[in-house]
Amino acid sequence: MLDLVWLIPAFPLVGFLTLICLGKSVREPIAGWLATTAMAGSFLSVLLVFIGMLLEKNENRQSVFTLFDWIPVGDFKVDIGFLADPLSITMCLFITGVGTLIHLYSIGYMHGDSDFNRFFTYLNLFAFSMLILVLGDNLLLTFLGWEGVGACSYLLISFWFRDPANATAGKKAFITNRVGDWGFMVAMFLIFFNFGSLQYLEIFEILESNQIAKTTTTFIVLMLFVGAMGKSAQFPLYLWLPDAMAGPTPVSALIHAATMVTSGVYLLIRVNPIMAEASTWSTGLIAWIGVGTALFAASIAVAQTDIKKVLAYSTVSQLGYMVLAVGCGAYTAAIFHMITHAFFKALLFLGAGSVIHGMGGEQDLRRYGGLRSLMPITAGTFIIGWLAIAGVPPFSGFWSKDEILAFAWDKSPLLWFVGIVTALLTAFYMTRQVILTFFGEPRYLADADADADADADAVGDIKPHESPWTMTFPLVALAVLSVVGGLIQLPFSSSTKRLEHWLEPSTFHNETHLHLSGSTLWVLALLALVTVVLGVGIGLSTYLKEKIDRQIFEKPILSNAWNFDSAVSKFMGGPGSKVFTAVAKFDKEVIDGAVDGTGQIVKKTASILRRSQNGLVRTYALGVGIGAVGLLIWFLTRATL
Amino acid sequence: MSITTTWYLLLAAILFSIGTTGLLVRRNPLIMFMCIELMLNAVNITFVSIGSHLNDLGGQLAVFFVLVVAAAEVVIGLALVVAIMRRRSRTNADDLKILGG
Repeated sequence: MLDLVWLIPAFPLVGFLTLICLGKSVREPIAGWLATTAMAGSFLSVLLVFIGMLLEKNENRQSVFTLFDWIPVGDFKVDIGFLADPLSITMCLFITGVGTLIHLYSIGYMHGDSDFNRFFTYLNLFAFSMLILVLGDNLLLTFLGWEGVGACSYLLISFWFRDPANATAGKKAFITNRVGDWGFMVAMFLIFFNFGSLQYLEIFEILESNQIAKTTTTFIVLMLFVGAMGKSAQFPLYLWLPDAMAGPTPVSALIHAATMVTSGVYLLIRVNPIMAEASTWSTGLIAWIGVGTALFAASIAVAQTDIKKVLAYSTVSQLGYMVLAVGCGAYTAAIFHMITHAFFKALLFLGAGSVIHGMGGEQDLRRYGGLRSLMPITAGTFIIGWLAIAGVPPFSGFWSKDEILAFAWDKSPLLWFVGIVTALLTAFYMTRQVILTFFGEPRYLADADADADADADAVGDIKPHESPWTMTFPLVALAVLSVVGGLIQLPFSSSTKRLEHWLEPSTFHNETHLHLSGSTLWVLALLALVTVVLGVGIGLSTYLKEKIDRQIFEKPILSNAWNFDSAVSKFMGGPGSKVFTAVAKFDKEVIDGAVDGTGQIVKKTASILRRSQNGLVRTYALGVGIGAVGLLIWFLTRATL
Repeated sequence: MSITTTWYLLLAAILFSIGTTGLLVRRNPLIMFMCIELMLNAVNITFVSIGSHLNDLGGQLAVFFVLVVAAAEVVIGLALVVAIMRRRSRTNADDLKILGG
């Protein structure tokens, strides 16, 4: 059943083509159901491939299916081919699984939107690109998907483009990602230059047999990491992700939480044999940037007032954990956290979407409160998501976060410490969000809180209501997955580490192994638990019992994201723009000058030469005659030499 | 004194030179055509004389090709001349410069 792998991206592609051809002639909800069916079909094909792969022996679980030659140039050949191995199929499983649920959810969420069909067209195109990214058997095909998801991300962030702010957010995401793409491209050139191939398996083979200089592999890894920084929103290229919340909430859930932003982490794990050959300081750098981003973003999330912004910074923070895991060589832990994060963060975003939907578009946490009884399903599932992300056992987030922290401890206790502080902040800000949204007094009524904005009477007639079943069903499904997601990798014995065993063919034994004793692990888990309890406790006493003044935590510098964003804008608008103007001038005058100059030279020479074409037949005849004589002389003199 | 191959070659060279000079100095298209024919036939003489000198039939064979090509060329050339003369009589080759655009 493994050869069915081509069906996986084919379904969303067909869905996309159908929707784009039908255009405005399909109305809601048919367009939505079409797209959801395409995704469900894709999910079923992944399941079939997955079962087929389970039936194979562990060493036979890696195969390449080539559809056709894409770019054959001499010795260099790039195929459209799919690499089916445990890593790509695992990614496909949660991309299509969570994707199907979010498609279903969108049918309810986008109800009444005038561009309903356009939304689903983009969504299917996104799913197709993402699957190409994951399944591609060479870097160029991965890059094609990489750019595809970037374009779809842009289209979906600025989906409501009539508001200039949304269009700007889309552009910001696109441009920031270009910086990352530059790194990806440089890495690709380097790999082609040094290996002569772009196909993953060929690269790995060459890496095994030939001696490649350590500086080369280190530089390749760093450049790939720049690419991953852009897509996976690591410091300092995380800037676009909080702004990306301008898109519809299902988009935030699918693209900016569960799938696309993990592709940077996926790329690093995919090239793990190159990482294994790189020098240790580069992987250390990756780990430090990861954990730094995690702490940085978590501290910002503490003071955000927009329900989606909190989740956005939380996503950046959790991606930091994944990058930390990659830097520690804990690929399984990274994938594990990626999966559990896809479940609970998609759940939280969809829950937030459900709240926003029920509140008639209101996104300010300060105008919520007491929604628990009015939206029971949303509240219940959101609370499960909260417990999962905060790291309360036995919810899935606890297991994956704990594993990453154990690896961090193994690499350096300092990394672990930063990680555990982040965990504390995570528990705190999620508690804050849940309490402000679902508990306490309602603050959306006309006589709203004084600290809410002045136009409170404008929202006075809001009637919060539970969402339709198309929206609540995905919530329940994701909540169940968030609870049981940890079962795929339990740290108790080697037989319960199912994910690690399953991913072995893709990690080529490059995975780091823990050198920690069982008791150390127990102590670490216990400490993590204490941290979570502490974080939740502080959150509860601040926002539910109001014993601690909340102003202590909600510092303006935190809500302004440490002023980093504004500093970047200030630089880019001031001295930065001068530099870029100079670069543009250099391009226009020197580069373009050289190109245009060549053209001018040809033109000038031609205008001189064309005078010989004077239209007189006899001149031509003379030319022929002189030429013939010249040739004769040349032949004769050559014969005598 | 017997007539050797050299004589024939000399004749051909003289004929060719006359043809070339005529082509370059005259402006009447008809005369220019005749000059071209003269040059072609000078070459033909060379072919035949060298062919017989070397006892090779190939020389005479080549002449047939030249004759056929020359005939075809004359047909096209004369057609052009007729077409030009119809539009404006007393036209010479240099006046065709206007075709250059």
